[in-house]
Amino acid sequence: MQNPQNLQNRDYWATLRQAYGLTLDATAPPLVRSLLSVGLALVVFGLFLVIIGRDPFDSLVTVFQGTLGSKVGMSEVGVRMIPFVLTALATAIPARVGLINVGGEGQLYIGAWAATGVAIHLGTGHTWLMLPLMAGAGLVGGGLWAGAAVLLRNWRGVNEVITTLLSNYVAILFVNVFVFGAWKNPDGFGYPYTSDFESAAIFSTIGGTRLHLGLILPILAIIACYVMFTRTRWGFNMRAVGGNAEAAKRQGIPVAKYLLVAMIVGGGLAGLAGMGEVSGIQHHLRPGISNNLGFLGFLASWLAGHNPVTIIAACFLLALIFVGGDVLQLSGGLPSAASLILVGLVLFFVLGFRRPVRSPT
Amino acid sequence: MKSTLKLWFLPARGAKSGPHAPANGPLPMLELRGVTKKFPGVTANDNIDLEIFGGQVHAILGENGAGKSTLTKIIYGFYRPDAGSIWVNGQESGIRSPRDSRRLGIGMVFQDFSLIPAMSVVENVALFLPQQSVFLSRRETYRRVREVSDRYGLRVDPSLRVDELSLGERQKVELIKLLLADAKLLIFDEPTSVLAPHEVQNLFRVFNELRDDGYAVIFITHKIREALAAADMVTVIRNGAISGTAPRGDVDAKSLVRMMVGESLPEPVTGGERPAKEPMPAVEFQDVWTVDEAGTRGLTRGLRGASFRANLGEVLGVAGVAGNGQQELGDVLLGLSPPRQGTVWLFGEDLTGRTTGQILAAGVGCIPEDAMGMALVSQMRVDENLMLGQMSDPHSGFWLDWDNSGEKLAESLKGFPLTLAGGESMVGQLSGGNVQRVMLARELVRRPRVLLACYPTRGLDVLSAESARRLLVGVRDQGGAVVLISEDLDELFALCDRIVVMFQGRIVGEFWPRDPLSPDPLSDDAPPENNQMEEIGLLMTGQ
Repeated sequence: MQNPQNLQNRDYWATLRQAYGLTLDATAPPLVRSLLSVGLALVVFGLFLVIIGRDPFDSLVTVFQGTLGSKVGMSEVGVRMIPFVLTALATAIPARVGLINVGGEGQLYIGAWAATGVAIHLGTGHTWLMLPLMAGAGLVGGGLWAGAAVLLRNWRGVNEVITTLLSNYVAILFVNVFVFGAWKNPDGFGYPYTSDFESAAIFSTIGGTRLHLGLILPILAIIACYVMFTRTRWGFNMRAVGGNAEAAKRQGIPVAKYLLVAMIVGGGLAGLAGMGEVSGIQHHLRPGISNNLGFLGFLASWLAGHNPVTIIAACFLLALIFVGGDVLQLSGGLPSAASLILVGLVLFFVLGFRRPVRSPT
Repeated sequence: MKSTLKLWFLPARGAKSGPHAPANGPLPMLELRGVTKKFPGVTANDNIDLEIFGGQVHAILGENGAGKSTLTKIIYGFYRPDAGSIWVNGQESGIRSPRDSRRLGIGMVFQDFSLIPAMSVVENVALFLPQQSVFLSRRETYRRVREVSDRYGLRVDPSLRVDELSLGERQKVELIKLLLADAKLLIFDEPTSVLAPHEVQNLFRVFNELRDDGYAVIFITHKIREALAAADMVTVIRNGAISGTAPRGDVDAKSLVRMMVGESLPEPVTGGERPAKEPMPAVEFQDVWTVDEAGTRGLTRGLRGASFRANLGEVLGVAGVAGNGQQELGDVLLGLSPPRQGTVWLFGEDLTGRTTGQILAAGVGCIPEDAMGMALVSQMRVDENLMLGQMSDPHSGFWLDWDNSGEKLAESLKGFPLTLAGGESMVGQLSGGNVQRVMLARELVRRPRVLLACYPTRGLDVLSAESARRLLVGVRDQGGAVVLISEDLDELFALCDRIVVMFQGRIVGEFWPRDPLSPDPLSDDAPPENNQMEEIGLLMTGQ
C-alpha cells in the first residue's frame, strides 16, 4: 500500500472498499452481501412507496407492528414459513445433485390431494394414526410425481426443468378433477370444496393463533437434511454427484439412482407442504390452495444457495415480506402486488451480487 | 504537478528506458525490457528481458506454469504488463490489444486454434486477412493460400472444411493465415503437443525455411529435446523469471534441465527389467466395438474392434493421437458404457453387466485424462476428494466416519512421494499440478491391481512427473498391470514393457521397446530417428 505505484493498479478502489467492508464483490462475507442486498431492495421499494404517495417510514413502522411487533403477527410469519421451508427444500435437495426442480407447486398439490384422500376416505378418528398416515401420503404422492420427471431424464434424457415445470399445470388440473367431481362436498352449495376433515385429521393450533403443529414438519425436514448432507454417505455422494457427475460415476457412485432419490425426496417434501396446508390451514381441499407456495420456495432456495440452514433465513424473509404486504394492504389499501414487487427487488439484488461463477483460467 | 504524477506512475524499472540495441549489431525485431505481470497470488512474469531477432528461431523453454504462455500473451497483446515495455523494431510498441500486435506484424499460433470449424480453409483465411473488400474473392484467396503452402511445404487442401482436418493440418492453416497477413514474428504456443513425431520433424523443417526467409520464430515448449533440435537461441523460464538465455551451441540437455528445474535431476525413471514371470492376463479386450459397424467412416469416435491384452506385472503402453478411442477404452473397462459388440475380460471374468462400483472393487483404478472434468469435484475439499475414492468400497457404512477414515487415509498416504495441498483447501482453487497430484494420490493409495492411466504426468513439474512415473512402475513391480495411454513416445519408451498403437478405434501394431536389438531410445545418439519410434509415429497417424 505504501508504494505509490499501486495507484496504477486498477484494483485500488476495490482494495479500499474492501478495507472498509463496503464491497459487494466475491470477497465480501455472504452475510454482509445478503444484508446489503435486502437493504438496497428496501430503499428502492421505499422510493416506490414515495411515488404512490405513501410515507415509507410510516409504512415500515406499520409493517413492524403487524409482524414481529405482535404475537399474532409473529405467528402469521410462522404460518407462512411452514410451506416455504418445505418447498424450498424441495428445490434445494435436487439442486445438490444438479437437478433443477421447478415443480414444487405441482408436487405440493399432489401431496395435498393424497393427504386429503386419506383424510376423507380412511377416517379413523385417531389423531395419532391419521396425521402420520396423511403425512406419509403427502410424501409418497409428491415424491412419485416428482420422480417421474427423473425417470424420463434417466431413460430418454428429457430435461427435468421442462418436465417439472409442465407437470405443475397437470397436477393443478388433476386436483380440480376431484374437487369439482368425485370429492365435491354435497353440502357445499356447489362450491368446489371437499368436505371438511374430521378433527383427527387436523393439526391443532398453538395459543389461539393460526400457527399449527404442522410446524414440526419443516423442523424435522431441516434436521434430517442437515444430518444427511453432513454425516451420511448418501449426502456425501449426493454432493459429489452434484459437484461433478462424471467424476462421481467414475468412482462407482450410481449417479442415476442418486438423481432419482434426490428428486423423490424433494418432491416428497413439497407434498408434505401440501399436506400441512390442507391439514393445518384449509381443513379441506379446494382449487388454489397453494397460491404459488411452490414457486416461492424455489425462489427461497436460490436465494439461500440451496443450503438447508440458510434456507430458514430466506424463508423467514419471504414470510416477513408477505405478511407485511398483507398488513399494508389492510391498513391503507396498498395493492396486494406490493409484496410481490418487494420480493422481486430482493431477488434482483441478491442475485445481482452473487459470487460470480469462476471461469477456468 | 504533472511531472510528479508522472514520476509516481513510472514503473521503477522503466527508468532504464530505450532499447539497448548493441552498438553495431542488428536491431532486434522485438525487445522486452523488464516486463512484469502479476496475477492474484502469483508473479507470472518477473522482470523479463528478451530480444528476438529476425532470421532466428527462439525457443522459450520451461515447465508447465513457469510463465511461458503469459509471456507470449503479453507479446501478443492479450495481457498488458504491470511494468516494463515492449519495443518492436526499435520503437516503443504501445501494444494494447491483439489488433495492435497484428498491425506490427506479430502473429500467434495458439494451442487451441482460433479457426471456425464449420468453414473451409479458404474462408477461414479470408476472414482473417486485413483490407478485404466487401466481396470476398474466393479465387484470389485460394491462389494465395496455394502459393504460401507450396512455398513452405504446408500441404493442406484449401477447399476442405476445418472440422475435416487433423490437428496438425489445422496448425498449418493457422500458420498460412498468419503468413498471408504479413506477420513477420511468429509465436507458436506448444506447437508440438498436437503432433505425431514425424509431423514434429516437418514443423521444424518449416521453422528452418521461415528462418532462412528472415522471419522471427518464437516457440514455446517444455521439451528440452525439441528446443535443442529446432532453436537457434534458447531462453529458459523458471517461476516467471528468466533463468538463462544462450545460443544452442552453448547448452546441452543437462545444463537446460538445471536451468529449468534449478537442480540436477536424478536418473530418469525407466521401467527397467521387469520381473520375469509367466504372463498372467489381467485385462483382455476381445474385438470390442462401441460404435456401429456402419459408423466406420472415421467421423465418430469410438472403439472399432479393439483387441489387446494387458498382463499382470507389465506396463502396457497405448500409443495414439488423442481421440482415437482412448477415452472409450477407459469407459468400457470401467463399465461406464457397455460395448456394443465384443467382450472384456478382467482376471478371466466377463465384465458384461458389472457395475462401475463392482469393477473398481475388483481392483481397477483409472486416471482419466482430465482431472478436473472427470475425476475430482472442484467444490469439495482435498480430503473429501480423496475420500471419494473409498465410496465404491462395499464395506463402507451408511454413516460417514471422518475421524476414522481420515486416519486411514493419512496412514496410506504416509511415504507417498508427491506433496499434496492441504486437506482443507478446495480443489477448485488449486493449480493444475496440484490437482493432478490429488487425483494420482487417490487412485494410487487404493493399490489397484489394474491401473489405467491416461496422460498421468500431464501438468506436473519435472520432479513430480518423475515421482509419478516411479509410482506407475511400482504398481507393476507389486504385480499389477498398468495400461499407460499417452501421446508422448519418450515417456512410453521409458516406462513400457510393451507398446500397442491405437488408431481409429483399433490396435494397429505391437512393439517391444526393450528389445535388445533396438537401440536405446534415451541415449543422446539415437533419438527420434529410432526406427520403432518412427514406425509408431506413422501408425499413430494411420500411415
